[in-house]
Amino acid sequence: MNPRWRQWLFIGLAAAVLVAAVFLPLLRRSVKRSARLQVQSEEQARRELLHPTIVNSSEPRVKTSLFWASPEQDGALAAVSVQMPLSNDPVLRAKQVLDTLLAGPVDADLRTLPPDAALLEFYLLPDGTGVADFSDPMATSLPSGIESEQMAVDSIARTLEANVPQVQRLKILIHGQEAETLAGHVDLTGTFVVNTKGAVASAAVAPEMLTPTSAPGKLSQPERKP
Amino acid sequence: MLHGVRNAAVFPFLAGVLVLLTCDPDQVGVNLTGFLKPPSHQAPSATAPASQTPGASQSGVPVRPTLTPPARPTLSVVVLDPAHGGTDPGARGGAGLHESDVVVALASNLRAALEKEGFQVIFTRQGNDNPSFDDRSTLANAQSGAIFVSLHAGSTGLPGTVRVYTCPDAPGNLAAPGGLLPWNRAQAAFLTLSRKLADIAQGELAKQFKGSPNSAPTAAIRQLRSIAAPAIAVELSSVSVDDRSELDRMLPGVADAVARAIASFKPVYDSWPPGGGG
Repeated sequence: MNPRWRQWLFIGLAAAVLVAAVFLPLLRRSVKRSARLQVQSEEQARRELLHPTIVNSSEPRVKTSLFWASPEQDGALAAVSVQMPLSNDPVLRAKQVLDTLLAGPVDADLRTLPPDAALLEFYLLPDGTGVADFSDPMATSLPSGIESEQMAVDSIARTLEANVPQVQRLKILIHGQEAETLAGHVDLTGTFVVNTKGAVASAAVAPEMLTPTSAPGKLSQPERKP
Repeated sequence: MLHGVRNAAVFPFLAGVLVLLTCDPDQVGVNLTGFLKPPSHQAPSATAPASQTPGASQSGVPVRPTLTPPARPTLSVVVLDPAHGGTDPGARGGAGLHESDVVVALASNLRAALEKEGFQVIFTRQGNDNPSFDDRSTLANAQSGAIFVSLHAGSTGLPGTVRVYTCPDAPGNLAAPGGLLPWNRAQAAFLTLSRKLADIAQGELAKQFKGSPNSAPTAAIRQLRSIAAPAIAVELSSVSVDDRSELDRMLPGVADAVARAIASFKPVYDSWPPGGGG
């Protein structure tokens, strides 16, 4: 190989390395994004199979507030307003907003609920207690921790408060059963206050308000121990 | 014959019913609502004859003698609760970090810091066992002059931050007739003290770990609700770090800050009026 050809070959190889150095990270990012989209669409398909979205296009489109993680403040929720058709029936309305909440925000990092969880059923009791029954992944796929679990509960409660005024309290079931905790920390044996304006308390209401439980022991005084 | 036997059985029964109806339940020592009575406070009768009451006025008006209340213990015991354990690893990080391991390491750092401050430390679990929520509460509720600190490491949150939680407000009047508290709502009576402790601890941690909140948040934590003492949960962020050494570096600082907070809280606890926990 004559020296002139060798020179051109080196220049060509150097150019290829430079081009690769510039485009490889972009290529990697694009592959990651498409993989994420594929996972999301699979989750969406699974959710739709489990629980088809109840949207009637003839229903009026109303401004709906959905609460996901705040992009600005760690550990806080932020309301996102969307226009969507919502039923006037409180049970159907609750299902519609919770399904949309579960579908997640545009930025997947701001999710508060696991992508593969689904709302199996929603009931509204005459006393204003809304009972939301979620599939198993609500407990098994949720990142474990006090902060993540409380944010999951708060995002459901605040979304119901903003859009379904008939719901006063929230009881969460996992696959039709009462669970002791959501993912090891937050108590699911009681109810959570939804209507914060009309409520006396701010969060978990004692378990026996909803279901009588056997007390493993009794304490003698509502004050400091002697 | 059978008729006679039935009559013979009915008379003692009727007599028993009559006794119950005519007696003061306090004298019988039975509370018909099914709750155990709280320990008697020996409140003297206002109608006791003046001659039998030391210090009675000469006019014959009955005077209540003063009773010395039993001495209240000061804060001397800290019950440390490394959460999870055994088959329950708690939060799991990508690098194989388990919450149950991290909190044991934190507990041992905290024990050393608390013992330096002169507190007696009790663990709710030893090694890798996993007592139930109620077993842990039973151990804590058996202590006198104690507070409860549950230790956690979450899988979310800004790495290198720490949050201190208390239970949220409980609704209405929590005490059952006779001043009894249901076991599963015991924490409600101690919320004010728990919040004071949490705010002091969160303040100490926020100084040292930037990005941590300045005031303590609340969360409906299962473990805390049956604790009959001031109780907080401390959660580090997070087990999702790539390198465990990042978390390990935090532990001595968290332990020192929490121990300082508990030492600062001691005078508040010791001077708190009885019955003012909630």
